[in-house]
Amino acid sequence: MAAPIVIGDAYVVAKRNLIKIKRVPDLLVFTTLSPIMFVLLFAYVFGGAIDVPGGTTPQAYREYLMAGIFAQTVIFGATITGAGLAEDIKKGIIDRFRSLPMAPSAVLTGRTMSDVINNILVLVVMAVTGLLVGWAIHSSVGEAAAGFLLLLVFAYAISWVMAWLGMLVPSVEVFNNATFIVIFPITFVANTFVPLESLPGPLQTFAEWNPVSAVTQASRELFGNIPDGVPAPDSWPLQHAGLYTLIWAVVILVVFVPLANAQYRRSTSR
Amino acid sequence: MAPSETDVAVSARGLVKRYKDVTALDGVDLTVPTGSVLGLLGPNGAGKTTIVRILTTLLRPDEGSAEVAGVDVIRRPREVRRRIGLSGQYAAVDEYLTGFENLDMIGRLYHLGAKRSRERARELLASFRLEEAADRPSRTYSGGMRRRLDLAGALVANPPVIFLDEPTTGLDPRGRADMWEVIQNLVAGGTTLLLTTQYLEEADLLADEIVVIDHGRIIAQGTSDQLKAQVGGERLELTVQDPARLDEARRLLEPLGVSPATLDEPRRSLLMPVSGGANVLTEALRLLDGASLALDDVGLRRPTLDDVFLSLTGRMAEDDEAPTEGAA
Repeated sequence: MAAPIVIGDAYVVAKRNLIKIKRVPDLLVFTTLSPIMFVLLFAYVFGGAIDVPGGTTPQAYREYLMAGIFAQTVIFGATITGAGLAEDIKKGIIDRFRSLPMAPSAVLTGRTMSDVINNILVLVVMAVTGLLVGWAIHSSVGEAAAGFLLLLVFAYAISWVMAWLGMLVPSVEVFNNATFIVIFPITFVANTFVPLESLPGPLQTFAEWNPVSAVTQASRELFGNIPDGVPAPDSWPLQHAGLYTLIWAVVILVVFVPLANAQYRRSTSR
Repeated sequence: MAPSETDVAVSARGLVKRYKDVTALDGVDLTVPTGSVLGLLGPNGAGKTTIVRILTTLLRPDEGSAEVAGVDVIRRPREVRRRIGLSGQYAAVDEYLTGFENLDMIGRLYHLGAKRSRERARELLASFRLEEAADRPSRTYSGGMRRRLDLAGALVANPPVIFLDEPTTGLDPRGRADMWEVIQNLVAGGTTLLLTTQYLEEADLLADEIVVIDHGRIIAQGTSDQLKAQVGGERLELTVQDPARLDEARRLLEPLGVSPATLDEPRRSLLMPVSGGANVLTEALRLLDGASLALDDVGLRRPTLDDVFLSLTGRMAEDDEAPTEGAA
């Protein structure tokens, strides 16, 4: 099917998903309140107890924290696609879409694109909160933009994993529990909130190769949140954090875009 | 467009669909002439929805072939989708979108263009009596309103063939009557319709031809009258006061029946297929009154899906639920 049709159909689907945000303002309130809460909790509750490379002050921790919390939040933001698809299947809306002469890939493309828009919104709210509690960007505008873009690209790839999973599980509840069980460990066993050196042996190795660590490390570098004099990381993924993140994003997309599309073509309401 | 002008709007040959150990469809053949209404009648899990899903390109059959509006559903699904409208049993409307937004979105996805989609949405909302609710999110709608909106969604592109999967299941009597009226208007406009239902009354009212399906197989087909003749049409049902006189009642009424009466002695009741409606009832009462045979209860009962099943399969429709997983 011609590209303009795919894009047009995806736009129609994305618009539908975004109308929901407008109709259920509570959703927007809570999706933005919870990251604010996270920033405040980590900055003021845990911050004093965690030493990071380059400083032991609460201020140093807030500089360290923000990239990690951005990473965790955009990954959670990527689950909206999966939950939405699980719900659409249950309600028969996917049956309706699949019976229309629209581009079959448009439903998934539209869904994942609305996650990106949602994530942009959440990143803006969090960045403002971060700036208020003392986080600062010490790099150029271009580098900072690249940092945010990398976070969004990585989360976009995760959205496709979630799309596939959302169509596979029997209900929204199962989906939410399943993703929680996976996302919590991968975003905590990383350099998101604590320095890697504090982790015990095998966990440290896992964390070094964990792409969440790489996206965090890369955006930390791009925001200029790593103080001068901090030694370079020991592991290859973290030494080439930006590249390693992009490799993961591409591999995830190459695997899960076809998987999700195949699953979509098989999905009927149950 | 030549294919939509053929005499046959829907045809299926030898459809088979299996799920693991369960055979949901076991060789189904169907033909729906252009401009007619076919009612697929059967209990839950009979395979009705599976047939609709195959014909609307949502599911591939394991065996068999089908054409809708002259187009092969397996080889050219996208072209089939341009020619059909589907309204499922779950009222697949987006509850956060308004009625207007739902229909406008569907119009866009049929590629009618922005202007035409908006016009068509307004037209349909007006003709489905949803004008006042048009700009309210559809989650505020009643069950009947949602079903009407869902049906309107199937009509957005004026497709020549419409599939309605249990359009009135779960509706209250008022909602059901409203829906029937809407469907009758649609049919009067010459649309080809395939509808599934669990209600004989509904198939009777709306369909030109009825196909009865059970365990993935067609067990009977014909017009409503033909089926009723097979089932025995109406039944006269009565309960006598004195159980000793039940057999006497049977002998008295025997000449009025189209087939022998059955007796339920513990309940003191008699059930007999008849034809002739109220006249038979009057005649029966006259005969019984002449013999001073006192009754507790008497009435004429129209055949139900249970009667069809009882006479075709020897069991009630609800007796054994076929596996519903995926086969519903």
